[in-house]
Parts: sequence; C-alpha cells; structure tokens
Amino acid sequence: MAMFIDITSWIMMSLGGLFVFIGGVGVLRMPNLYTRMHAASLTDTIGAILIIAGIMLQAGISLATIKLAAILLFLLLTSPTASNALASAALLAGLRPGETDVATAERDK
Amino acid sequence: MSQRLAIKARMLLLLALLVVAWLLWSGLFKPLLLALGTFSCLLTVYLARRMGYFDSDIFALGFGPRLFHYWGWLAKEVVKSSLEVSRIVLNPRLPISPQVVELKASAKHPVSQAILGNSITLTPGTLTMDVHDGVIKVHCLTSEGAAALMSGEMDRRVAALGEN
Amino acid sequence: MYYVVTIATVLTMGLALVRALLGPSIYDRLLAVNMFGTKTVLLLSLIAFLYGRPDFLDLALAYALINFIGVLAVLEFIRQRAERKLTESESEG
Repeated sequence: MAMFIDITSWIMMSLGGLFVFIGGVGVLRMPNLYTRMHAASLTDTIGAILIIAGIMLQAGISLATIKLAAILLFLLLTSPTASNALASAALLAGLRPGETDVATAERDK
Repeated sequence: MSQRLAIKARMLLLLALLVVAWLLWSGLFKPLLLALGTFSCLLTVYLARRMGYFDSDIFALGFGPRLFHYWGWLAKEVVKSSLEVSRIVLNPRLPISPQVVELKASAKHPVSQAILGNSITLTPGTLTMDVHDGVIKVHCLTSEGAAALMSGEMDRRVAALGEN
Repeated sequence: MYYVVTIATVLTMGLALVRALLGPSIYDRLLAVNMFGTKTVLLLSLIAFLYGRPDFLDLALAYALINFIGVLAVLEFIRQRAERKLTESESEG
C-alpha cells in the first residue's frame, strides 16, 4: 500500500513537472500576449495541482498536508484573478487579441 | 434588524476562522504572540467591515457537497483541456486559431458570475478578459475550445450551484 | 526523484525570465514575472521536502500572498500611468 502511494505520488509529480515545463515552452513560443497567457495558465493550474498533490501524498496526514492544501487553494483562487486583471488591463491599453507582436510593433511605428 | 444580526454572525464566523488559522500556523502559545494574533485578527475583521465585505450576501451560495461535486467536474475539464493545450504547444506548426467570444452568464448573482469567470480562466485554452453586465468576454486559443464553451455546460453548472 | 521535478521547475523559471527580458510589451513582462512567482511557490514547497524542512511551507504561503498583491499593485500603477498619459495627450491635442 505504501509503495502504491509512493508510485502514484512520483507519477503525479513527474507529470506536474512535465506540464510546468511545457507551459514554460509555450510562453516562449506563442505569438502574442493573450495566447501566452493560455500557456501560463497551463503551469498555474494543472502543474501546481499535480506537483502539490504529489507532495501531499508524500507528506501523509499531517500539518504539512493542511498547509499544502491551503497553498494550493490560494494559488487556484488568486491565479485566475491576476490573469483576469492582466488581460483586462492589456485590453484597455489597446493590445488587440488577434494581432501578433510583429504587427503591433508595425502599428505603433 | 435581522440584517444587522446577519452581519454580526458573518463577522463572528470570519473571526473564528482567522483565530483557528493563526493558532494552527503559529503553534506557539506565548502571551506576546497570542496578543499579536488577537490584534491582527480584529484588525482584519475591522478592515473587512469597512470594505463592505459583510454587507453582501456572499454566503447565500450552496457551499457544501454541490461545490465539491463542481470542483470534481472542473478538475476533469482542466485535465482534458490541459492535454489539448500541451499538444498545441508541442506541435511544431503551432495550430492555434485564437478568437474572442461573448458568453452570457445565466446566473445573476455576482459571486456566481465571479465563479464562472474564474473557472473559465482556470481551464487552459480559455481566458476571461472582461465581465460586464453578466456578459463575459472570453479569449479562446482554438475554435474548438470556443465551440465547447458556447455549448454552455459550464454556465449551466455554475447557475445550478447558485440555486438554493 | 524530487530533484527531477525541482530541475523542471527551475528550468521553467529560466524560460519565464527569458520571456520577461524579451517582452515586448510591459504586460508580457508582468505575465512572466507572475509566472515566475507562482513557480517560486512550487519550488519552495519542493525544497521543504527535498531538505526535510517543513517551515519552508510557511515561506511558500507568504510568498504566494506577496506575489499576488505585488502583481496587482504593479498593474494598478501601470494603469494609472497609462490613464495619465491619455489625459495629457488629449489636453495637448
């Protein structure tokens, strides 16, 4: 049973690390701000959930698990709020969703 | 009268929550730390009161089994769309078709609309840009994602969450 | 095994820094900084178990709070500056 929990936790953490890395690659590859935010949300949601859930399985039932749950809950509540504020501020500042960075630079010339 | 009573009850609930959180985190019972804890808990409740946090009926939603059920469904959606977005990022041709759609929220309560907006942002591939008069402006990474969103399952589920 | 996840997180923080340096708009940089912050929270949680020091979890929670408030504060600052610029250019024109 202990071994089963161990294996599950390692799989979850590895997958979480993989998703976080893919999100990082996405943030570099995507053509403009709004599409980049999709890639960033990949690392903020599934990456954080899998990694913290993996650590929670390692920690077992203890105070550390409660603290990890609080951290995860807080991350999941705040990250969409921050993304939303960022997106609406960028929209107000006149960054157009359908435009690549190159096109924006052309327009601002 | 009952309104003022309800506000008092909500303040006490928050205070109890804060005290429990402080004791759990500090784990030390020295007079100085307890005094500091009491001070910060009371200050937080006072500031929240001044912000008008207790005036709106934020506890009206059906918090309980239904919320956990919703979280379970949301987790499934997050996993599905995460796999989708990862595939797009790793594809050398980067097959994205970004577009902006407007979704009408069926739920009238501001908290329900906030839950809907945050759930949309939380799911990779869809991003809430603006909420205005119950109309949510959503940026989608692909046209398939936009179509899935417009089918309105998430909207229905959030609306059901707010019903009592 | 913790090492693999920790290295992946640190690499992603590096990628976020590259995006912060490339920009091009200030919002891209802010997005990258926000992402760097959330990855720091994950890294602190991992370090807490990697070195067996559970008190790092408190740091992670505090960092999550500071990161969120910090990003919102910078955003508010940029918004006010943009509004000021807009009114100035209107009064000039």
